[in-house]
Amino acid sequence: MIRFDNVTKTYPRQNRPALRDVSLEIEKGEFVFLVGSSGSGKSTFLRLILREERTDTGMVHVLGKDLARLSNWKVPQMRRQLGTVFQDFRLLPNKTVAENVAFALEVIGKPRGTIRKTVPEVLDLVGLGGKEDRMPGELSGGEQQRVAIARAFVNRPMLLIADEPTGNLDPQTSVGIMRLLDRINRTGTTVVMATHDQNIVDQMRKRVIELEKGRLVRDQSRGVYGYQH
Amino acid sequence: MRAQFVLSEIGVGLRRNLTMTFAVIVSVALSLALAGGSWLAREQVDSMKGYWYDKVQVSIFLCNKNDAKTDPNCTKGAVTEEQKKDVEKQLKALPLVDKYFHESAEDAYKHYKEQFSDSPLADSLTPDQMQESFRVKLKDPTKFQVVASAFQGRPGVQEVQDQKALLDNLFGLLNGMTLAALVVLAFMLAVAMMLIVNTVRVSAFSRRRETGIMRLVGASSFYIQMPFIMEAAFAGLVGGGLACLMLLVGRYFLIDHGLSLQTKVPLINFLGWGEVAQVLPLVLVVGMLMPALAALIALRKYLKV
Repeated sequence: MIRFDNVTKTYPRQNRPALRDVSLEIEKGEFVFLVGSSGSGKSTFLRLILREERTDTGMVHVLGKDLARLSNWKVPQMRRQLGTVFQDFRLLPNKTVAENVAFALEVIGKPRGTIRKTVPEVLDLVGLGGKEDRMPGELSGGEQQRVAIARAFVNRPMLLIADEPTGNLDPQTSVGIMRLLDRINRTGTTVVMATHDQNIVDQMRKRVIELEKGRLVRDQSRGVYGYQH
Repeated sequence: MRAQFVLSEIGVGLRRNLTMTFAVIVSVALSLALAGGSWLAREQVDSMKGYWYDKVQVSIFLCNKNDAKTDPNCTKGAVTEEQKKDVEKQLKALPLVDKYFHESAEDAYKHYKEQFSDSPLADSLTPDQMQESFRVKLKDPTKFQVVASAFQGRPGVQEVQDQKALLDNLFGLLNGMTLAALVVLAFMLAVAMMLIVNTVRVSAFSRRRETGIMRLVGASSFYIQMPFIMEAAFAGLVGGGLACLMLLVGRYFLIDHGLSLQTKVPLINFLGWGEVAQVLPLVLVVGMLMPALAALIALRKYLKV
C-alpha cells in the first residue's frame, strides 16, 4: 500500500532534512499511528504520500505507484483513491453538510445521480443522518470532523490519511472519532493517522511509527505512545 | 464536467471581486479600443496610399523656348520634334511604364485655366508660356528613380518630377502617428495583462479554501483552473464588447457626424462600416483570449498540483 525506501527530504533553505533515510512498508488494511514531537517529520511524511512534496532521494510508492515517476496530470487521479482528514476540518462554511460532501464528488465530475445516492449513505455511516442541511458553523467540532471524514470517505478510498484529526477535540469527542476511523479501517481501508494524543494511541493498540528529528526511531506493532511530551 | 457547477463558481468569483472585475473590463475595453483604432487608422492610411498612388504620375517636362535663358538643362532652346519622338520611343520601350500621354502646351494652358479660373494670374498667361510634358503612369509608383535617371538630363527634357515625393511626406507623418499609437497600445496591453494577472491571483487567493479541498479530493487542475480562466475570459469579453462599441461610436462621430470629417474633407475616401465591422470579431477574440492567457499564466504559479 505504502512503501518508503531510504527517503530523504530537505526543504529549501533548511540545513536539517525533514526526513532522513526513512524506510518502511504499510500493508493493505493496516491502521498505523504516526507519532513524534512537532518538527519530527510527521507532516512531511504525510505530504510525501499525498505527493504534495517530492523526495530528494529515495522512493515513495503509494498504491503500487512510484510517485517520483507519476506525471503531474496523473496526480489528481491518484488522489481520488486517497481520503484526507485534517485537524482544522477544512469545510466550506457557506455550504451545507450535504453540499460539503457532494463538493468532493462534483469536482471530480461524478454524475448527479451517484452524488444524490452516495452522500446520504456516507452521512448515515458517520452518524450525521438528519443533519444534511445544517451549515458547518452550526455543528460541534466533533460533528464537523465527521463531515470531513464523510467527505474523505465518500469515494471509498483505499487509503485514509488523517493529520491529527482529534487535535481540536475534547477526549470524549475524540473517542467517537476514533471509533469511526476504526470502523472505516474494518471495511478494508488502510488508515495512517498522525497524532499527539497519548490516550488514543495507548487505548487502540495499533502499529505505532515514531519519528524523531526526521529519523524513524520506532516501528512497533500493537504499540503505545511511548514518550512523554 | 458539470456546466452548472462551473457557471455558479464563475458567478461567485466575479461578484466577489466586483471592483477588480470592473477594472479589468475597463482596461481591456480601453486598450482594445485603442488597438482597433490604430489598426483602422493604419488601414485608412493604406487605403489613402492606394487611392493617391493610383492617381500620381511622373511628369517629364519638356523645354520651352522661354527656358533657354533660365534653365541650364534647356540651353539649346525649345524641345525639337526629334527629341520628343526620342523620349516617346523610350517610354514605349520601358516595361515599367503603365501608360503615358502627351500634354501639349495648349492642353496645359487649358487645364491651368480650368483649375485657377478665379486667379488673376490665369488671365496674364499665354499658351506659349506653358510647358509641354509627358504624363507617365508607372506600374509600380515606387520605382520613380528608374524613370528619373532614364530621362533626366536628356536633350529637350527640362525636369522629371515625381508627385509621389510630395505625398510621401504626408504618409510618413501619418505612419509615424500610427506607430506612436502602437507603442501606447503596447503599454496599455501590458498594463491590462498585469491587472488581469493580479485580479486572478486575488481571486484564487480568496478561494484558496475551495481550491485546496479540490486538490485534496483529486480534482484535475483543469477543473480547478477553469472557473478562474472563464472568469477572466468573461470579463475580457465584456471589455471587448465595450471596445467594439467605442469603435463604432468613434467612427460615427469622427466621420459621419460630430466632427463629420467626410463632409469636411471629401477628397479622402474614409473607411466604411464594413472595414470597421471586419475588425470587431478580432477585437472580441483578442478580448477573450488575452485575459484567459493571462489567467493561465497567473494560475501556473499559484494553483500547482
